[in-house]
Amino acid sequence: MTLHQSASSTTATDTVTAQLLSVENLDVEFRTRSGTVKALEAVSFAINPGETVGIVGESGSGKSVTAFTLMGVLDRAGKVANGKALFQTDRVAVDLLREPESSLRQLRGKELSMIFQNPRTALNPIRKVGKQITDVLRCHTDLSGDALRDRAIEMLASVRIPDPEQRYDAYPYELSGGLCQRIMIAIALACAPKLLIADEPTTGLDVTTQATVMNLIKDLATQQQMAAILITHDLALASEYCDRIVVMHAGHVVESAPTHSLFRAPRHPYTAKLIAATPEPHKAFADLIPIAGNLPDLKATTIPPCRFSQRCDRYEPALCDQAPLTRQQPVPEHHVACWKPLE
Amino acid sequence: MTSTTFQHTRYVISENLVTFGAFALFLVLTLFAIFGEAIAPYDPLASNAAAALQPPSAAHWFGTDQLGRDILSRVMVATRLDLGIAVMAVALSFLVGSLLGTCAGYFGGWSDRIISRCIDTLMAFPLFVLAMGLVAALGNTVANIIYATAIINLPLYTRVVRSEILVRREAGFVEAARLTGNSEWRIMARHLFPNVLPVMMVHISLNMGWAILNAAGLSFIGLGVQPPTPEWGIMVAEGATYIVSGEWWLALFPGAVLMMAVFCFNLLGDGLRDLIDPRMRT
Amino acid sequence: MAHSTGKIIGQRILGAIPSVIGVIIVTFLLTRALPGDPAAFFAGPAATAEAIAEVRATLGLDKTLPEQFFLYLGDLVRGDLGTSLTTGQTVVYDLATRLPASLELTLAGLVFAIALALPLGILAATKPNSWVDHGVRLLATAGVSLPTFFTGLFLIYLLYYRMGIVPAPLGRLDILYSAPPPVTGLYVIDSLLAGDLALFWAAASQLFLPAVTLGLFALAPLARVTRASMLGMLSSDFIRTARASGLPPRQVLFGYAFRNAMLPVITTLGVVFSFLLGANILVEKVFAWPGIGSYAVEALVASDYAPIQGFILTMALLYVVLNLLIDLLYVVIDPRAGVEA
Repeated sequence: MTLHQSASSTTATDTVTAQLLSVENLDVEFRTRSGTVKALEAVSFAINPGETVGIVGESGSGKSVTAFTLMGVLDRAGKVANGKALFQTDRVAVDLLREPESSLRQLRGKELSMIFQNPRTALNPIRKVGKQITDVLRCHTDLSGDALRDRAIEMLASVRIPDPEQRYDAYPYELSGGLCQRIMIAIALACAPKLLIADEPTTGLDVTTQATVMNLIKDLATQQQMAAILITHDLALASEYCDRIVVMHAGHVVESAPTHSLFRAPRHPYTAKLIAATPEPHKAFADLIPIAGNLPDLKATTIPPCRFSQRCDRYEPALCDQAPLTRQQPVPEHHVACWKPLE
Repeated sequence: MTSTTFQHTRYVISENLVTFGAFALFLVLTLFAIFGEAIAPYDPLASNAAAALQPPSAAHWFGTDQLGRDILSRVMVATRLDLGIAVMAVALSFLVGSLLGTCAGYFGGWSDRIISRCIDTLMAFPLFVLAMGLVAALGNTVANIIYATAIINLPLYTRVVRSEILVRREAGFVEAARLTGNSEWRIMARHLFPNVLPVMMVHISLNMGWAILNAAGLSFIGLGVQPPTPEWGIMVAEGATYIVSGEWWLALFPGAVLMMAVFCFNLLGDGLRDLIDPRMRT
Repeated sequence: MAHSTGKIIGQRILGAIPSVIGVIIVTFLLTRALPGDPAAFFAGPAATAEAIAEVRATLGLDKTLPEQFFLYLGDLVRGDLGTSLTTGQTVVYDLATRLPASLELTLAGLVFAIALALPLGILAATKPNSWVDHGVRLLATAGVSLPTFFTGLFLIYLLYYRMGIVPAPLGRLDILYSAPPPVTGLYVIDSLLAGDLALFWAAASQLFLPAVTLGLFALAPLARVTRASMLGMLSSDFIRTARASGLPPRQVLFGYAFRNAMLPVITTLGVVFSFLLGANILVEKVFAWPGIGSYAVEALVASDYAPIQGFILTMALLYVVLNLLIDLLYVVIDPRAGVEA
């Protein structure tokens, strides 16, 4: 254990009831032939009902692993080594990492659901899209027969698919990527979940479709008072749609803050560099500053306590090599895991 | 060999002791094929009515057959014929199939259409049935067993080479060779075909086992090799009559050696596949 | 959708026609255009010079090759494949009476192989690197290494000679029984239709060993492909979607993964049938099974050529039809089939 939540633990108790999801000290490891990869270490964050939170980071930073862990769809090689993920249902708080598989299955697709990148491969290629929606409905509701079909068509209409009745009988290969992603959204939202995890929902779609899909998610989230986690490598996209942003780097949460405060005053050097590397309309391409170096080797037996230290130009040998790396809260609601945060 | 391929090879070896067992078996079989007649304890054709149908003993490890011939000696001597047929057949279909496949893949157009159509027609037959028909029509000789086995394996080589060549036809290095003034034939022979070889090695190894099985199957139904020539398929066929009266060793030993030989080539093929292209593994 | 599926099926049936033409040409060439005297072949080894000349005239062997081909086609259309010298019957009659035995054996072998291969493949895929998985991988390599005729003999020795739990390997029925009234021609089904359980048991116990022998050979490629394609499906994106939607494991495994994984398995069935029909000949010989395979082998021994030619043509046409059925099954399961064509 190298990353500790120090200051906030006392103040956490009074907010705990309000939180829809609270992830605490999550460690995930992958056993591979050539060693154990510590993919997530001490990942902590919380989601309030109805809010949209972005999880941002480079590829390999552990965003998708976090989402897959919460949904219980991690690859076979991945193991949760430690941590809690409390999800507030109507009656009780459920630990998504401890609860028996059978009761978690009743939550998945109903209380929390997920949409994936590559909508074309994320749908069953030889099943009619309407049937794929009714499969979920049949599993989580009492509907049957024509009512199932009607509800599915209603869902298709609500994700603004033209001719929903005809599209019910379509196969994924007959639809465009954008339409497939809307089908995915329809499947995920069919049972009006409290939390939606959207993993790179716009990757692979063209730019105009990206905006429509994102607006659709945002609108439906507002309508259904649904919380959402938007996982993306695109900081600009996250800033546009999210209330708060969690920045991940190499399996650590390095910073988390409300969007405006993160952009106004990033505390972690990595976040600052990420913002500097993000294209914006008024910036020229040459102004973008790439982040030097690569993610550290997470297979190594000794990983530095701060996994960004080798890429960081603020690195100070004695100070930054201290373990455990603690999480600080320079201002309310703004957490940063750095020994030498930006002021 | 670079250090990474060396590491990869070493890793594969440590993971594939089975393959090395198969390789050892392959060496033993090769030894028998070359020196079988010299090291066999008895004359494989010498009958001895007094010692007929004897179960395995110290004198006759695999027992004796209905004519008193030593089964161990016959099994050892048969190795050359069985492996020989398979090697010749596979070599023949590899050569012809590669040529046809390269032409079809490289030139495309009508040559591709004609070659593919012919191959499809061969594939429309159950292959063993076709082999049987070919030997029956061509005449009942060992040479025709080889031709028949080669012909039924032809589709495999032609198709694999064709698709491998198709993938590489437009590759950068081929374009470069073309621009530097190499002739079409030279490009095919020197630049395209060598790239296909590693994949083909895997197929050859897996195919050897199948060729052995086919040839033995043909002689089991009385085609090709004729008695008293020692050959595994015939020996099993001759021993078959004695199974129901309890003389199991007549059919068991040649059958088991045949099975081991086929198994050996299949394991080698699997091992080679892991070595050459782990993604092909299923 | 229904309309276009019908169209695709029609296209597939038309697509089989070139194969049929190819098969007919090859069987024709096998007998007429090869070295040696076909007339002497067809007349048999003991024929006199006059008999050979007569055969030459009836077969039209004195005509040109194209003329002979059309004569051959005419014979085929009239259902005339010549006469067997060994049985004295027409080849068509012999084949027709013996074909059900071969079909029964092949189907039973296939059913046995599928019934074992699919569960094994699925089990291996759901538990990678378990002992089931290693077992299936070993089986997949060992299975294709088995010489069918040898496995058959070995099983006979073990189960008949040593343990005595199966009847003697002498055909479809013990001589104590007579065949059921033919409906399908398959004894195990016809005996049930006739309501004769004792007869069913007799037929089934005769069928058991040859079917297992045949099935063991087909088992390996099927188990191998099932395992590989199930593994691929289980790690695919849409299975993750299904699991993330909370669908029950049974529905994820069978409704989603299995149906998709079946597509490569169905494709493999083509190769499996090629194996099965070939191995059929060997198994029929080992078990004295009165099918068309043992018929052809007997004819081969007697140098009786017309039955062999008829046999090869029948097998090839059967194989074309089976491949067509496989194709159609694929079209029914996969909505994408034929779209890109």
